Amino acid sequence: MKNHVFRPLFVVIGLVGIVLIARLFIVPKDFGVWERGYMYGWHRKSNEEDWKAVKVKYQFNNEYCKDCHGDKYDSLIQSPHAIIKCENCHGPVLEHPLNPAKLQIDRSRQQCLRCHSYLPYPTSGRANIKGIDPGKHNPDIECSMCHNPHKPNLGALSGGK
Amino acid sequence: MITRRDLLKYTIKGIAGLAVPIAALEIVNPNKIFAGKNDKSKTRWVFLVDTYKCVGCGFCVKACKNENEIPYDANVTRTWVERYVVTKDGELFADTPKGARDGFTTSKIDLGAGKYQDIKKEEISKAFFVPKLCNQCENPPCVQVCPVGATYQVPDGVVLVDRKTCIGCGYCIMACPYGVRFFHPVHHTAEKCNFCYHRITKGMKTACVEACPFGARQIGNIKDPDDPVTKIIKTERVGILKEEFGTKPQVYYIGLDKEVR
Repeated sequence: MKNHVFRPLFVVIGLVGIVLIARLFIVPKDFGVWERGYMYGWHRKSNEEDWKAVKVKYQFNNEYCKDCHGDKYDSLIQSPHAIIKCENCHGPVLEHPLNPAKLQIDRSRQQCLRCHSYLPYPTSGRANIKGIDPGKHNPDIECSMCHNPHKPNLGALSGGK
Repeated sequence: MITRRDLLKYTIKGIAGLAVPIAALEIVNPNKIFAGKNDKSKTRWVFLVDTYKCVGCGFCVKACKNENEIPYDANVTRTWVERYVVTKDGELFADTPKGARDGFTTSKIDLGAGKYQDIKKEEISKAFFVPKLCNQCENPPCVQVCPVGATYQVPDGVVLVDRKTCIGCGYCIMACPYGVRFFHPVHHTAEKCNFCYHRITKGMKTACVEACPFGARQIGNIKDPDDPVTKIIKTERVGILKEEFGTKPQVYYIGLDKEVR
């Protein structure tokens, strides 16, 4: 058969060869079929370690805060707010007190209204929480002006902080 | 010339050949054999949500976004809370403003396109909150459709995304019946809840579970018979989302309503 018939065939074979060689270098060594089989386990194995290595930001352990902030801790655990973790308002602890030295506190009205904006929903836990109408209850000032979030009992209002 | 005898012989051989399953011709893969022997993973992470306890505060969403580095102001989130309000006329309203990152602070339902509707207390028949997150399905359709092997399931049941391999085609986002996947605004790859894989593999609980003051969210290992979550799933009435899709979701709900989709 004539040469011009084979020529494109050689080109195609050459291209396939280049792709196969390039693949050797590009595809990571640990890419393959792992425990969950071809359907669900076809992946780069080392990525599992990548995900495990993500930095933990929240400790969510109030005992961690107790050593230095014992007064706040003691006050909090005696109040209905004992179920709330310090970091929910004070932000992720990271490596505090080293880094950051000061945590950013969320003192916004929005933060309190998450639970205390009254919603009449009988079939959820929300109905059991004391709530206000945010449009009518002192709309212009922060809640912490009157209420101490570490000791939110309303009886304390008259007796100061 | 082909004889009648030969024709019959070839026909029988041909049919027998066609009957051989494709699997019988597959080259033996050592990884697969290893996996078969090692199939008894000691952990299978599952999640339990008690919708009666949820008050819609959104602390879980806030904690998740910070813990997993999802841009705080972008309107995407790995977990979110939905509000369902059913009126006495039988009308259903559902919304999740910003994924409930800031909780639900108003009785006005977000109808979208800047429209809101307030529903008065007297009109409400039932109203409740439903936290949502990745179901870490036993048969994850999002993994099946990935053309490059960027998303996969680890033996303990969690579905992960490899950001280096993901090409951002979006097939998995379309394939997920629960709508839990989205594009990460910074990495431009598919993103999803992975049960805080960096925390649960260190013996910690997920950020959303820890942030919830009311115990509405719990994580557990269904292969451990003494796990409190396993006990609840095995002995109490729990529901799952979109069972009919056959994905075998592993997020169980207490108090699931027919209106929840």
